[in-house]
Amino acid sequence: MLIPCPYCGQRDVSEFTYQGDGNRTRPNPSSTDRAAWNAYVYDRTNPAGEHREIWQHSGGCRAHIVVVRNTLTHAVVASSMARARTRADRREPT
Amino acid sequence: MAEYSALSILKNAFAGNRDWKPAWRKPEPKPTYDVIVVGGGGHGLSTAYYLAKEHGISNVAVIEKGWLGSGNVGRNTTAVRSNYLLPENSRFYEFSMKLWENLSHELNYNVMFSQRGVLNMAHTPGQLDDFARRGNALRHIGADSVMMTTAEIARLIPALDVSGSARFPIIGGLMQWRAGTARHDAVAWGYARGADRRGVDILENCEVTGFLREGDRIVGVSTSRGEIRANKVALAVAGSTGQVMRLAGIDRMPIESHVLQAFVTESLKPFLDTVVTYGAGHFYMGQSDKGGLIFGGDLDGYNSYAQRGNLPLVEEVMSETLAMFPGLARVRLLRSWGGLTDMSMDGSPIITTGPLPGLYLNCGWCYGGFKATPSSGFCFAWTIARDEPHPLTAAFTLDRFHRGLVIDDKGQGSTPRLH
Ligand SMILES: Cc1cc2nc3c(=O)[nH]c(=O)nc-3n(C[C@H](O)[C@H](O)[C@H](O)COP(=O)(O)OP(=O)(O)OC[C@H]3O[C@@H](n4cnc5c(N)ncnc54)[C@H](O)[C@@H]3O)c2cc1C
Ligand SMILES: [Zn+2]
Repeated sequence: MLIPCPYCGQRDVSEFTYQGDGNRTRPNPSSTDRAAWNAYVYDRTNPAGEHREIWQHSGGCRAHIVVVRNTLTHAVVASSMARARTRADRREPT
Repeated sequence: MAEYSALSILKNAFAGNRDWKPAWRKPEPKPTYDVIVVGGGGHGLSTAYYLAKEHGISNVAVIEKGWLGSGNVGRNTTAVRSNYLLPENSRFYEFSMKLWENLSHELNYNVMFSQRGVLNMAHTPGQLDDFARRGNALRHIGADSVMMTTAEIARLIPALDVSGSARFPIIGGLMQWRAGTARHDAVAWGYARGADRRGVDILENCEVTGFLREGDRIVGVSTSRGEIRANKVALAVAGSTGQVMRLAGIDRMPIESHVLQAFVTESLKPFLDTVVTYGAGHFYMGQSDKGGLIFGGDLDGYNSYAQRGNLPLVEEVMSETLAMFPGLARVRLLRSWGGLTDMSMDGSPIITTGPLPGLYLNCGWCYGGFKATPSSGFCFAWTIARDEPHPLTAAFTLDRFHRGLVIDDKGQGSTPRLH
């Protein structure tokens, strides 16, 4: 399995660490909404097909990246820097 | 006379072996059943068997999208043990062990259950303490478990590298002698035949593609072979749980599907007459009665429905093999394969009524559900028949995650790939 790091290019999966499902949104840390926290910690969409997930290029540039990968074929469809997404999230009013 | 016995073999031999019946029929689906069990793996088949045998409910269909045993029941590495730490798990798996001990007689089918022991090796004093704690917890509930010294381990498994100069020296281990292996295909076929002879229809090449509803209630399934109705629909689809639940309109579950690989070598002379696990990594090995060494390691570690894994994990498993057994360096690998595991958020299973009216759910077996095949079917059948949990599986609810009642045997938290 090859993962395209936006910074380093195509690299072998063994250079990366899987950080899990990238579809989850962590509630605001001061939130006391139990249902939202439970959903964040325990519930997964687990699709058979395209899955948005977070990897870290731990054996390379160490960037965290968002990868869209097909769980049926292991083919990577898209990858981008995770920090781009974090910045976008931050701009949203809470 | 039992269907399979010395006498029946002799009789059929004289008759030219023309009179054997197929082990199960290939019936056409009926329009309605009392219970539909979705998934013709070990758990679905044993559920149908115990529904008929223990509860007299035999108007049952087992619906399987491929051929019988095409899922994990035919892909696993057949280790059977009950040496879990937490009582919710150890009591349940110990009950399974007792069913295993009589299973060949129960089914009149030789499942080749071989109590050759499962040994967990320790490589650090902390690990040894942890094993002692688990061993004591097991003895406390009446399951067997003993600590072994390095000298005892060296006598039991001469091929192991027990030298102090090993990369991770072995300093002792935890042995469960009643644990062992069974022939996985025979387990599927034995339960299938037992269920079939009691009237259960096993419908192969029949994929569930949707659910029939009356209001909120599930009243049947649509399949690639037409609509089939039932009072109760029970799911035992292991790695496909997420997908099938989505068909029922539930798109989030405390489960991730991951790939686990396994390996078998060419046949060797008797080499290893127990199952041994490596505590410095994630690795285990046994030897089949045919002589092949059967082994595996960790999950690949990312979500997957592909039923095949990648090479970095292969390399890791091979290096663990050689760390334990340097003498195996020249042995040839025959095959490797992968299976879809339903990793739950606490590493423990789910057996429950619901989550929709008319629906019953059995899943979350991670990579350890083969050993549970008898008890899972037994307790799930009870749950379906009585609409209440069996006492042994009452803790295996689906809502335990949101209620703070997780059963996390390894203490890993909600990171399924680490369980
Ligand atoms: C490589 C590997 C090694 C393992 N080793 C061990 C071990 O040593 N010890 C141990 O205890 N456990 C082990 N396991 C785990 C064990 O195999 C599983 O937990 C267990 O087999 C799951 O239950 P099952 O037999 O019912 O699953 P399966 O056999 O997977 O049954 C599920 C069935 O549902 C069917 N299905 C799915 N979707 C649909 C649909 N829409 N319609 C109809 N049918 C459908 C599938 O085709 C499948 O046949 C291992 C697993 C793997 C992959
Ligand atoms: Zn990089």
